[in-house]
Amino acid sequence: MRIVVDLNRCQGYAQCVYLAHEVFRLTGTEALTYDPNPDDARRLQVERAAAACPVQAIMIDRLDGAERGARS
Amino acid sequence: MAEETPWQQALRYANRANPYPFYTELRKTPVARQPDGTYVVSTYREIVTLLHDPRVSSDVRKLPSRAPAPAAAEPGAEPITEAVIELEPNIITCDPPEHDHDRRMMTRHFFGPADAPHQISDLEPDIRRIVAGLLDGMRGKTRIDVVDEFAYPLPVTLICKILGVPLEDEPRFHAWIETALDALDFGPEAASEEMRSRLAGARRSVKELAQFMAGLLEQYAERPGPGMLSAMVHDGGPDGRMSKGVLASNAVLLLFAGHETTVNLIAHSVLTLLRHPEALEELRRRPELIVPAVEELLRFESSVQFWHTRSAVEDIDIAGTTIPAGSPIFLVYGSANRDPQRFENPDQLDLQRPDNQHLGFSQGIHYCFGAPLARLEVQVAVDEFVRRVENPRLVTDPPPYRHNQIFRGPRHVLVDIDGIRD
Amino acid sequence: MTLVATLAELVSDFRANGRIVIVGASLAGLRAAEALREEGFSGSLTIIGDEPYEPYDRPPLSKQVLKGWMPAEHTLLPRFREVDAQWRLGVAATGLDRVARQVRLADGDQIPYHRLLIATGTRARPWPNPAEAALEGVFALRSRDDAARLQQALATRPSRVLVIGGGFIGSEVASVCRELDIPVTLTERGPAPLVGALGGVIGEIAAQMQRDHGVDLRCGVSVSSLEGDAAGHVRRARLSDGTTIEVDVVLAALGSIRNVEWLQGSGLAAGPWGVGCDAGGRAFDINGVVTDSVYVAGDVARMPHVLYEYQFLAMEHWDNAVFGAEVAAHNMVNLEPHYRPHLLLPGFWSGQFGVNIKSVGVPPFGDEIIFTQGSVKDRSFAAAYGRRGRIVAAVTFDHGKWLEYYARLIEQSAPFPPPPPGWDRPDIMKPVPAEFPAPGVPTAIPDVVLTGHDPNERRAEFRPRGH
Ligand SMILES: Cc1cc2nc3c(=O)[nH]c(=O)nc-3n(C[C@H](O)[C@H](O)[C@H](O)COP(=O)(O)OP(=O)(O)OC[C@H]3O[C@@H](n4cnc5c(N)ncnc54)[C@H](O)[C@@H]3O)c2cc1C
Ligand code: HEM
Ligand code: HEM
Ligand code: SF4
Repeated sequence: MRIVVDLNRCQGYAQCVYLAHEVFRLTGTEALTYDPNPDDARRLQVERAAAACPVQAIMIDRLDGAERGARS
Repeated sequence: MAEETPWQQALRYANRANPYPFYTELRKTPVARQPDGTYVVSTYREIVTLLHDPRVSSDVRKLPSRAPAPAAAEPGAEPITEAVIELEPNIITCDPPEHDHDRRMMTRHFFGPADAPHQISDLEPDIRRIVAGLLDGMRGKTRIDVVDEFAYPLPVTLICKILGVPLEDEPRFHAWIETALDALDFGPEAASEEMRSRLAGARRSVKELAQFMAGLLEQYAERPGPGMLSAMVHDGGPDGRMSKGVLASNAVLLLFAGHETTVNLIAHSVLTLLRHPEALEELRRRPELIVPAVEELLRFESSVQFWHTRSAVEDIDIAGTTIPAGSPIFLVYGSANRDPQRFENPDQLDLQRPDNQHLGFSQGIHYCFGAPLARLEVQVAVDEFVRRVENPRLVTDPPPYRHNQIFRGPRHVLVDIDGIRD
Repeated sequence: MTLVATLAELVSDFRANGRIVIVGASLAGLRAAEALREEGFSGSLTIIGDEPYEPYDRPPLSKQVLKGWMPAEHTLLPRFREVDAQWRLGVAATGLDRVARQVRLADGDQIPYHRLLIATGTRARPWPNPAEAALEGVFALRSRDDAARLQQALATRPSRVLVIGGGFIGSEVASVCRELDIPVTLTERGPAPLVGALGGVIGEIAAQMQRDHGVDLRCGVSVSSLEGDAAGHVRRARLSDGTTIEVDVVLAALGSIRNVEWLQGSGLAAGPWGVGCDAGGRAFDINGVVTDSVYVAGDVARMPHVLYEYQFLAMEHWDNAVFGAEVAAHNMVNLEPHYRPHLLLPGFWSGQFGVNIKSVGVPPFGDEIIFTQGSVKDRSFAAAYGRRGRIVAAVTFDHGKWLEYYARLIEQSAPFPPPPPGWDRPDIMKPVPAEFPAPGVPTAIPDVVLTGHDPNERRAEFRPRGH
């Protein structure tokens, strides 16, 4: 799956880290890094993280496979 | 006697089950000065603004005189009394840098070290087991109390386990907390004989709770035991050790905040779903909606309706009002979460509400410390309740409410059921 | 039929049957395509990109990807809706004919359009000496392929990495090297890292932070030449102060170059700082007349901003690409008075040395700075930038939860210095000069650039020269 975190919005609450630490990590106390294309098996965890983010900074792919791969 | 403000009316016990019409009135003046000099903030935008304003303090030591009101003062026009002043400040009642420092220490022990902060998410199997046990225990019954038999035991069991507070002590600390909560009133009824007479008992209870906690910490100091508190007593980690008094105060906070709020959210969630059969049906059909559903349920019936320990350190201009330095500020999360300027059709339950950036856990540096735990508990509890309880029906609507206005929640939620599925 | 009705019909006809072409298949291009469909555009949509990949996100490249946490191909951007577009990937646009309304492609194709969005972004400024740049072990960092190559080089545990340029990307890469425990030297021609974006006062703090983490930081020097061994692999760098360093990986982090060459001869106001456009994303022509059919978004755009005395801002920021794309897309399929302005308050973040650096506003617009919260010693603080008694920007180190307070003050043009906080006051709370390099000083790699009032940018004063 694919996600992106709007790190301008993110205020480092780390809620995502506590709910899906394989995908989201803090470096230091506030700087968030994450895997933008985590394994599909992590979907529930990532969805929990996205719902929990206090500033709704985590955005998840809304297309599954089909169209997004479209190319020339 | 002057007419009561919408805020005062919202706080009356008679309106506990439905304070929302008064909040609607209240929001017409986003920042409303009350007769006792408190500024009550009820709109989403203004609350978020103040949560990020460094001129707002959460440190109760910075509040101007909070002495008990003279008996002769006009009812409703007196400052709220304190029952817990002997306790040292905890993270919810202090400012940076102490706040950030102490919270960081607690975070390490609660969630785990920075490179493996998964202690809370690891609890999911435990949570599932406890919930399953509670539901199994209802087999054969036709009427249950969702509060006593379901909503309360889960969070209290978990927080005791995490902290290392013996579950055998639950009856004692439960009684203390109940006595305190029933005495603490922010509304016009605080002046009544009845409420005044409860205060002394409440003071005693909070004191006993504090002593109980101090004793437990002493015990762990001598002999380490399981849980976060013992670890914190002995920790000499990168941030040093927390002083005994501060640790005791934070331990009381964790124990209290660690279950009272969660109980109310589980109880309110069941109540709300039973009032909205379409939503209940939707959740039955699509169990994966539990994640956004819990956010919506918390928006809809916020377990912490407002918070009361903030004050202005400087004059603050906001929404056409100046909050003078020294004024107490109440942030009414329960109203912000129903603010139509922020949420479309706020009085409608929408389990799939887009952009649900509610303030149920607040925002800014005091953002709820236990939110990941609370979320997991409530998600599992409500999910399993919906899946396993057959044909639940509300017996009384509205149910009786607990007295306290901040930690607003039903005292009992009686439900008739046909049985428990596997 | 009334005129109004005719116009309304025009809009709905365009939305149904129009042809829109987007050049640049990255963040701005993708988000614009999605926004166009969201706005109800159901006509034909073509997206042209010279990279062979579908759109991916760049910020992770200098952070988690370099660290080796995940491969560079793990950066594909999520899609928020179907765009139903013709993707022409792996082929560059080489020219624009505004009379014939056609985009020319490298493979000779001509793609006709009714409305065009330019979202070609920027590329890394290469090491100026082509022979030295061609040495093995010399890198730049902009694309996914760049990141994969550099990551591989770091994974072989080089004996020393040289980072040339102390802007955000250079500093982030130095940080990753230290996290991987690889020796690293960073050279910066200016007095301190980040000085172009955040000024000398903050730059000094960044410098100290780098040194504390073991970066061999050399400010006020430049790299005069790179030398390779017989096999063509870089081995040594000569510095302007006469010293040499032994290195086997070099990153040239010299800032960026706008991808505007393909617009030569198009008559658009395209220059070194990008393509000039109005606050609605409509491109200007070289005479400062706004066009009706060509729009610009993302890193390649420069547009006037009300909060900064209507100077044209060039913003190389993630949120500028997202928001600019949405605004341009909206305006491409609407008519006046339904145009929307791009009134974004610039914002930026950078994770380095375990610290989250965030800013709002345009720091280089300010000439004074004051610390307002926290502790410089702990590298956990907030500071505000002022100009003529108004607050114009703010920066936080690990104080991100307070940033929106300052954003609000900036939006209101509130007085500078701002009122003091109630607690957590810094030791010294007095405005001091922010120490931005003088215009024209060839050091800075600013990420937000004030490019003056002229839509056609005949005097691009802050342009960094070479390294
Ligand atoms: C390593 C790195 C780290 C970053 N970190 C941050 C950060 O922490 N915070 C932040 O706010 N921003 C950061 N940025 C900046 C951010 O990534 C950019 O602002 C963003 O990518 C801009 O998007 P864009 O679509 O405008 O341009 P680009 O992403 O540059 O996309 C332009 C696309 O157009 C293509 N193109 C160019 N010319 C042509 C042509 N003639 N024909 C066809 N296609 C063409 C390019 O190849 C490219 O794919 C970082 C950038 C990099 C490189
Ligand atoms: C549904 C359940 C819960 C709700 C709705 C809730 C809500 C809140 C709110 C609104 C605040 C902010 C108060 C303020 O304005 O300052 C808060 C703070 C806090 N909560 Fe919770 N809470 C819940 C569960 C928990 C749990 C389970 C714990 C502990 C394990 C917990 C511990 C705390 C602590 C320690 C703070 C203070 C944080 C600080 O000041 O930095 N809460 N909570
Ligand atoms: C460590 C623990 C605690 C500290 C430091 C603390 C601090 C305070 C302070 C200083 C006040 C007075 C604020 C005011 O006058 O407005 C207050 C009020 C209050 N406290 Fe706490 N508290 C703690 C624990 C608790 C517990 C355990 C409960 C619940 C039983 C609780 C519930 C309340 C309520 C409802 C009020 C408002 C009513 C009133 O002040 O009369 N607090 N708290
Ligand atoms: S939960 Fe949201 S705000 Fe917090 S760190 Fe994660 S993305 Fe950032």
